[in-house]
Amino acid sequence: MANRSTIKIRSKHFPDYTLVRTLIAHTMETGRNKNQDTKALIPAHFIQTLSFKHNDKVMSECHMGFGISKNPYFSFKIKQANPGDKITISWKDNLGFSDSKDHIIQ
Amino acid sequence: MLNNRRQFIKKLLLTSLTMSSLAFSKISLGKWIAYDFGYRPIDKSLSELFPNKTLQKTGKINLKLPRRAENGNVVPITITSSIENIDTVYILSEKNPVPLIAKFTLDPSLETYIGARFKMKETCDVIVVVKADDNYYQTRKRVIVTLGGCGG
Repeated sequence: MANRSTIKIRSKHFPDYTLVRTLIAHTMETGRNKNQDTKALIPAHFIQTLSFKHNDKVMSECHMGFGISKNPYFSFKIKQANPGDKITISWKDNLGFSDSKDHIIQ
Repeated sequence: MLNNRRQFIKKLLLTSLTMSSLAFSKISLGKWIAYDFGYRPIDKSLSELFPNKTLQKTGKINLKLPRRAENGNVVPITITSSIENIDTVYILSEKNPVPLIAKFTLDPSLETYIGARFKMKETCDVIVVVKADDNYYQTRKRVIVTLGGCGG
Protein backbone atom coordinates (compact mmCIF):
# COMPACT_ATOMS: atom_id res chain seq x y z
CA MET A 1 0.00 0.00 0.00
CA ALA A 2 1.14 3.58 0.38
CA ASN A 3 4.39 4.63 1.98
CA ARG A 4 2.78 5.30 5.29
CA SER A 5 2.41 2.30 7.51
CA THR A 6 -1.07 0.89 7.95
CA ILE A 7 -0.20 -0.33 11.43
CA LYS A 8 -0.26 1.62 14.65
CA ILE A 9 1.12 0.00 17.78
CA ARG A 10 0.86 1.26 21.33
CA SER A 11 2.23 -0.46 24.39
CA LYS A 12 2.06 0.15 28.08
CA HIS A 13 4.40 -1.44 30.53
CA PHE A 14 2.96 -2.51 33.88
CA PRO A 15 4.81 -4.27 36.71
CA ASP A 16 3.20 -7.65 35.99
CA TYR A 17 2.30 -7.44 32.31
CA THR A 18 2.68 -5.35 29.18
CA LEU A 19 -0.39 -4.36 27.23
CA VAL A 20 0.06 -4.14 23.47
CA ARG A 21 -2.64 -2.60 21.33
CA THR A 22 -2.67 -2.36 17.59
CA LEU A 23 -4.86 -0.61 15.06
CA ILE A 24 -4.61 -1.48 11.40
CA ALA A 25 -6.02 0.62 8.58
CA HIS A 26 -7.86 -1.81 6.32
CA THR A 27 -11.27 -1.83 4.64
CA MET A 28 -12.12 -5.46 5.58
CA GLU A 29 -14.66 -5.66 2.75
CA THR A 30 -16.96 -8.66 3.02
CA GLY A 31 -17.80 -8.91 -0.67
CA ARG A 32 -21.49 -8.44 0.20
CA ASN A 33 -21.59 -4.64 0.27
CA LYS A 34 -22.73 -2.70 -2.78
CA ASN A 35 -21.30 0.46 -4.20
CA GLN A 36 -23.90 3.16 -3.50
CA ASP A 37 -23.68 4.69 -6.99
CA THR A 38 -23.17 1.78 -9.33
CA LYS A 39 -24.96 -0.88 -7.24
CA ALA A 40 -22.13 -3.22 -8.10
CA LEU A 41 -20.80 -5.55 -5.44
CA ILE A 42 -17.56 -4.43 -3.86
CA PRO A 43 -15.14 -7.35 -4.06
CA ALA A 44 -14.07 -8.95 -0.82
CA HIS A 45 -10.84 -7.51 0.54
CA PHE A 46 -9.87 -8.52 4.02
CA ILE A 47 -6.91 -9.45 6.18
CA GLN A 48 -6.43 -13.19 6.47
CA THR A 49 -3.46 -13.59 8.75
CA LEU A 50 -1.89 -11.45 11.41
CA SER A 51 1.19 -12.28 13.38
CA PHE A 52 2.32 -10.76 16.61
CA LYS A 53 5.95 -11.18 17.61
CA HIS A 54 7.87 -10.26 20.72
CA ASN A 55 11.63 -10.09 20.18
CA ASP A 56 11.18 -12.08 16.94
CA LYS A 57 9.39 -14.90 18.73
CA VAL A 58 5.86 -15.55 17.52
CA MET A 59 3.44 -14.84 20.36
CA SER A 60 0.19 -15.12 18.48
CA GLU A 61 -0.94 -16.05 15.01
CA CYS A 62 -4.36 -14.91 14.06
CA HIS A 63 -6.43 -16.22 11.19
CA MET A 64 -9.51 -14.19 10.45
CA GLY A 65 -12.34 -13.80 8.01
CA PHE A 66 -14.24 -10.66 7.06
CA GLY A 67 -16.15 -10.88 10.34
CA ILE A 68 -13.50 -8.64 11.84
CA SER A 69 -14.44 -4.96 11.78
CA LYS A 70 -13.10 -2.37 9.40
CA ASN A 71 -9.79 -0.98 10.65
CA PRO A 72 -9.13 -3.96 12.91
CA TYR A 73 -8.11 -3.49 16.51
CA PHE A 74 -6.39 -6.14 18.58
CA SER A 75 -4.87 -6.16 22.02
CA PHE A 76 -2.67 -8.65 23.82
CA LYS A 77 -0.93 -8.89 27.16
CA ILE A 78 2.62 -10.18 27.44
CA LYS A 79 3.47 -11.67 30.83
CA GLN A 80 7.08 -10.59 30.87
CA ALA A 81 8.44 -7.84 28.70
CA ASN A 82 10.94 -5.11 29.36
CA PRO A 83 11.32 -1.59 28.05
CA GLY A 84 13.43 -1.78 24.90
CA ASP A 85 11.89 -5.06 23.75
CA LYS A 86 10.76 -5.23 20.16
CA ILE A 87 7.17 -5.91 19.09
CA THR A 88 6.48 -6.77 15.46
CA ILE A 89 3.05 -6.91 13.94
CA SER A 90 2.45 -7.98 10.38
CA TRP A 91 -0.60 -8.80 8.32
CA LYS A 92 -1.45 -10.28 4.94
CA ASP A 93 -4.73 -9.98 3.06
CA ASN A 94 -6.62 -11.99 0.46
CA LEU A 95 -5.37 -9.83 -2.41
CA GLY A 96 -1.73 -10.34 -1.50
CA PHE A 97 -1.10 -7.00 0.19
CA SER A 98 0.83 -7.05 3.41
CA ASP A 99 2.47 -4.78 5.93
CA SER A 100 4.69 -5.08 8.95
CA LYS A 101 5.78 -2.73 11.68
CA ASP A 102 8.21 -2.78 14.58
CA HIS A 103 7.62 -1.09 17.88
CA ILE A 104 9.89 -0.66 20.89
CA ILE A 105 8.32 -0.91 24.34
CA GLN A 106 8.99 2.28 26.28
CA MET B 1 1.95 -19.21 -38.06
CA LEU B 2 1.64 -22.80 -36.89
CA ASN B 3 4.91 -22.50 -35.14
CA ASN B 4 3.68 -19.38 -33.47
CA ARG B 5 0.52 -21.01 -32.31
CA ARG B 6 2.41 -23.99 -30.96
CA GLN B 7 4.67 -21.69 -29.04
CA PHE B 8 1.69 -19.78 -27.78
CA ILE B 9 0.00 -22.94 -26.51
CA LYS B 10 3.22 -24.09 -24.91
CA LYS B 11 3.56 -20.79 -23.15
CA LEU B 12 -0.07 -20.86 -22.06
CA LEU B 13 0.34 -24.33 -20.58
CA LEU B 14 3.50 -23.35 -18.78
CA THR B 15 2.02 -20.19 -17.29
CA SER B 16 -1.12 -21.96 -16.16
CA LEU B 17 1.03 -24.63 -14.56
CA THR B 18 3.15 -22.15 -12.65
CA MET B 19 0.04 -20.18 -11.70
CA SER B 20 -1.63 -23.23 -10.23
CA SER B 21 1.48 -24.30 -8.36
CA LEU B 22 1.85 -20.77 -6.99
CA ALA B 23 -1.75 -20.76 -5.83
CA PHE B 24 -1.22 -24.10 -4.19
CA SER B 25 1.94 -23.11 -2.34
CA LYS B 26 0.19 -19.98 -1.14
CA ILE B 27 -2.50 -22.01 0.60
CA SER B 28 -0.09 -24.43 2.21
CA LEU B 29 2.33 -21.71 3.31
CA GLY B 30 -0.30 -19.31 4.57
CA LYS B 31 -2.20 -22.03 6.36
CA TRP B 32 -5.23 -19.80 6.17
CA ILE B 33 -8.00 -22.27 5.40
CA ALA B 34 -10.62 -20.69 3.17
CA TYR B 35 -13.08 -23.49 3.92
CA ASP B 36 -13.21 -22.62 7.63
CA PHE B 37 -14.31 -19.12 6.73
CA GLY B 38 -17.04 -20.19 4.32
CA TYR B 39 -20.76 -19.46 4.39
CA ARG B 40 -22.64 -22.02 6.51
CA PRO B 41 -24.92 -22.32 9.52
CA ILE B 42 -23.40 -22.25 12.98
CA ASP B 43 -24.10 -25.93 13.78
CA LYS B 44 -22.26 -27.06 10.70
CA SER B 45 -19.43 -24.65 11.38
CA LEU B 46 -19.01 -25.93 14.94
CA SER B 47 -19.19 -29.59 13.98
CA GLU B 48 -16.68 -29.11 11.19
CA LEU B 49 -14.27 -27.00 13.18
CA PHE B 50 -14.34 -29.36 16.15
CA PRO B 51 -15.15 -32.80 14.75
CA ASN B 52 -15.92 -35.42 17.42
CA LYS B 53 -15.01 -33.03 20.21
CA THR B 54 -17.18 -32.19 23.16
CA LEU B 55 -17.23 -28.50 23.86
CA GLN B 56 -17.50 -28.37 27.64
CA LYS B 57 -19.46 -25.46 28.98
CA THR B 58 -17.47 -23.44 31.45
CA GLY B 59 -17.76 -20.31 33.51
CA LYS B 60 -14.02 -19.84 33.51
CA ILE B 61 -13.96 -17.86 30.30
CA ASN B 62 -14.82 -14.26 30.84
CA LEU B 63 -16.23 -12.32 27.90
CA LYS B 64 -16.47 -8.59 28.03
CA LEU B 65 -19.10 -7.70 25.46
CA PRO B 66 -21.65 -4.92 25.25
CA ARG B 67 -25.13 -6.09 26.24
CA ARG B 68 -26.52 -3.99 23.43
CA ALA B 69 -24.51 -3.13 20.36
CA GLU B 70 -25.82 -0.03 18.62
CA ASN B 71 -23.76 -0.73 15.56
CA GLY B 72 -23.16 -4.31 14.50
CA ASN B 73 -20.21 -3.17 12.42
CA VAL B 74 -18.07 -2.65 15.47
CA VAL B 75 -18.63 -4.92 18.45
CA PRO B 76 -15.75 -4.83 20.92
CA ILE B 77 -14.85 -8.05 22.70
CA THR B 78 -12.32 -8.80 25.40
CA ILE B 79 -11.63 -12.40 26.32
CA THR B 80 -9.92 -13.42 29.53
CA SER B 81 -9.82 -16.81 31.18
CA SER B 82 -8.49 -18.56 34.23
CA ILE B 83 -8.12 -21.87 32.37
CA GLU B 84 -4.49 -22.97 32.23
CA ASN B 85 -2.51 -23.72 29.07
CA ILE B 86 -4.87 -22.25 26.53
CA ASP B 87 -3.26 -22.47 23.13
CA THR B 88 -6.06 -21.58 20.72
CA VAL B 89 -9.03 -19.25 20.94
CA TYR B 90 -11.94 -19.19 18.48
CA ILE B 91 -14.51 -16.44 18.19
CA LEU B 92 -17.82 -17.27 16.51
CA SER B 93 -21.01 -15.32 16.02
CA GLU B 94 -24.09 -17.51 15.87
CA LYS B 95 -26.05 -15.83 13.09
CA ASN B 96 -23.33 -14.34 10.94
CA PRO B 97 -23.25 -15.66 7.35
CA VAL B 98 -19.71 -16.78 8.15
CA PRO B 99 -19.87 -17.82 11.79
CA LEU B 100 -16.13 -18.08 12.39
CA ILE B 101 -14.81 -14.59 13.06
CA ALA B 102 -11.23 -15.37 13.96
CA LYS B 103 -8.95 -17.86 15.60
CA PHE B 104 -5.88 -17.01 17.60
CA THR B 105 -2.97 -19.07 18.76
CA LEU B 106 -1.59 -18.02 22.11
CA ASP B 107 2.00 -18.53 23.22
CA PRO B 108 2.42 -19.52 26.89
CA SER B 109 4.26 -16.25 27.51
CA LEU B 110 1.11 -14.34 26.72
CA GLU B 111 -1.60 -13.82 29.26
CA THR B 112 -4.97 -15.22 28.28
CA TYR B 113 -6.20 -11.91 27.09
CA ILE B 114 -7.44 -10.91 23.65
CA GLY B 115 -9.14 -7.73 22.63
CA ALA B 116 -10.70 -7.34 19.21
CA ARG B 117 -13.56 -5.76 17.30
CA PHE B 118 -15.86 -7.70 15.05
CA LYS B 119 -19.06 -7.52 13.02
CA MET B 120 -22.44 -8.97 13.96
CA LYS B 121 -25.31 -9.37 11.55
CA GLU B 122 -28.11 -9.55 14.11
CA THR B 123 -28.95 -10.24 17.73
CA CYS B 124 -27.51 -13.61 18.68
CA ASP B 125 -25.05 -15.43 20.89
CA VAL B 126 -21.34 -14.87 20.62
CA ILE B 127 -19.55 -18.15 21.15
CA VAL B 128 -15.96 -18.36 22.29
CA VAL B 129 -14.23 -21.72 22.18
CA VAL B 130 -10.82 -22.29 23.72
CA LYS B 131 -8.52 -25.25 23.41
CA ALA B 132 -6.34 -26.16 26.37
CA ASP B 133 -4.41 -29.44 26.65
CA ASP B 134 -6.61 -30.97 23.93
CA ASN B 135 -9.74 -30.12 25.88
CA TYR B 136 -12.28 -27.77 24.38
CA TYR B 137 -14.29 -25.31 26.42
CA GLN B 138 -16.98 -22.96 25.27
CA THR B 139 -18.91 -20.05 26.59
CA ARG B 140 -21.68 -17.94 25.07
CA LYS B 141 -23.02 -14.50 25.61
CA ARG B 142 -26.00 -12.84 23.98
CA VAL B 143 -25.56 -9.47 22.32
CA ILE B 144 -28.51 -7.38 21.15
CA VAL B 145 -27.70 -5.77 17.81
CA THR B 146 -29.70 -2.70 16.84
CA LEU B 147 -28.16 -2.15 13.42
CA GLY B 148 -26.72 -5.14 11.58
CA GLY B 149 -23.18 -4.89 10.35
CA CYS B 150 -22.78 -7.46 7.63
CA GLY B 151 -23.83 -5.32 4.71
CA GLY B 152 -25.82 -6.58 1.77
